[in-house]
Amino acid sequence: MLRLLRSIYSFYADGFRAMTLGRTLWVIILIKLSIMFLILRPLLFPNLLGRLDGDKARTEHVVKELTEGGTRQ
Amino acid sequence: MEVVFWSRMQFALTAGFHWIFVPLTIGLIMLIAVMETLYVCRGEEHWKRSAKFWMNIFAVNFAVGVATGLILEFEFGTNWSNYSWFVGDIFGAPLAIEGILAFFMESVFIAVMFFGWNRVSKRFHLAATWLTALGATLSALWILVANAWMQLPAGMTFNPDTVRHEMTDFWAVLFSPVAMNKFVHTITSCYVLGSVVVIGISAWFLLKKREAQMAKNSMLLAAVFGLLSSAVLIFTGDGSAQQVARHQPMKLAAMEGLYNGKNGVGLVAFGVLRPGVEPGERQASCSRHKGNAAADAQNSNVFWWKLELPNMLSWLAFRDGNAFVPGINDIINGCHCGLDPQSPAYIKCSFHQEIPNQVRDDSTLHPLPPPDGGGGKTLPLSERISRGKLAIHALADYTQAKQAADSAAMRTARAALDSNFAHFGYGYLSHPNQAVPNVPLTFYSFHIMVILGFAFVALFVVVLFLLYKKTVEKYRWLLYVMLWSIPLAYLASMSGWIVAEVGRQPWVIQDLMPTMAAVSRLEAGAVKLTFFLFAALFTVLLTVELRIMLKQISKYGKKT
Repeated sequence: MLRLLRSIYSFYADGFRAMTLGRTLWVIILIKLSIMFLILRPLLFPNLLGRLDGDKARTEHVVKELTEGGTRQ
Repeated sequence: MEVVFWSRMQFALTAGFHWIFVPLTIGLIMLIAVMETLYVCRGEEHWKRSAKFWMNIFAVNFAVGVATGLILEFEFGTNWSNYSWFVGDIFGAPLAIEGILAFFMESVFIAVMFFGWNRVSKRFHLAATWLTALGATLSALWILVANAWMQLPAGMTFNPDTVRHEMTDFWAVLFSPVAMNKFVHTITSCYVLGSVVVIGISAWFLLKKREAQMAKNSMLLAAVFGLLSSAVLIFTGDGSAQQVARHQPMKLAAMEGLYNGKNGVGLVAFGVLRPGVEPGERQASCSRHKGNAAADAQNSNVFWWKLELPNMLSWLAFRDGNAFVPGINDIINGCHCGLDPQSPAYIKCSFHQEIPNQVRDDSTLHPLPPPDGGGGKTLPLSERISRGKLAIHALADYTQAKQAADSAAMRTARAALDSNFAHFGYGYLSHPNQAVPNVPLTFYSFHIMVILGFAFVALFVVVLFLLYKKTVEKYRWLLYVMLWSIPLAYLASMSGWIVAEVGRQPWVIQDLMPTMAAVSRLEAGAVKLTFFLFAALFTVLLTVELRIMLKQISKYGKKT
């Protein structure tokens, strides 16, 4: 089991070490994910219903939206 | 209204950007898997070399595109919170499966694919490549199932206690006819796009007189794969037309610029619409009551010019060249379900049969007089709007009665809600014309998609012919055509989505929820700001992708 885990680890470690184009691509992925999860999500995309306390409050909010203020014309 | 517009623009921008990467990922990985299979089965080293080159292109595309779809999920929670709650687990379940199963599978095996060339056996590596391809395809399946549910809600019931839809039949959601057809149609469109990209890049190598063997082998494989995929694409496109005719007749009418329906409608191969044609202005009653001559007269000012294939739309939609196809005005006026019940083309409206668990009061629908032997029933949109408003009021009454613990009032409100729920979304409209999508955008997108789809079939045939004749390098202008077909493949792919999504406006969930009810109460200025922020971010990402990809292509096989 340990040997298997070790070989899986070395497979990935060697793979990452041997990367050429992959290094650039990983940098792009990490920058992109950082922008998405550290900037966009917390600052610009709050989960509006997630802020409400419990499903009952969420239901009440949506019912109100749909029956009173749902039409944005 | 501004917040709806900017939220839609923002979602369209994000989805459109995401879709730049997805079809190439799905299409290219299949071609790579076939190349590697040829290498493993035949032992021909050049297929391995080809597979490795295309894997680099795949890697760039995958890396820049990966996770861009997550921004759409952020937008669901922020901009479309009413919708996110209203759909309940219908939308959540397929996306969760996508995230856990398909994406996990794709991510694990992609590592073996890139790191494992000299570390694992040939067959294990090949299995990893195929499993990556399968993972990419399965990812698409679950997203498309969720999208298809929005086009044809099935396998669910609405719970007024939670104001959410609850899944009652997972298999009905998964195997909805729209979902299956949409899945195969979209996947094969990705295969065609992947094939066109491979042919285009290979043509560039031939123009540069480099890597001729790799280029011609790739071209051959892509042309065969593209041609086979196109056959399935055309078949499922035909299936799509039938689905749209049955479940989204307004979308079909917009796709064809058909304002006043008639029997034996021709298919507009291409045409130029006159600007400023307004729905409903040309008639006060149904075309099918007036006959074909009257409909033709009323339609005469819709196009500047058009090339039409007689009776073809009726046949494509209902497999009956003389079937009545409703136009936009017919749907507004409530005449679109009245086909002859004896005809094989007879269908019922989606709001009569497709939404389960609804109590329908068909006795109040308008029976049409039978000018052509038909006796269908339908509702004008003005009446659906009234019924939708009743449903919305019933939901409010139900909630109030529940808070007051008044079970008799709850039962009354529930009965009113159930009997009108099929029209729920119409209650948010103030005028029937709001149920009409953007006709020019839908019409031109549809025709661009179809024309380019058939142009790619011709391209694949020409490529195969020239490869067979061994003269492909001699026709440099054709190589340039192949190269410049790459952006056209993206244009066709995007156009397909515009038809699917703009064509179903104003609905986020067909008949049940329009965009104006789905959107959150946000400041339009904030949404506008994020739109421009995304536009800048996506432009940078796309520029980076193109630069890296072009560098990979241009340095390949270059003698230093």
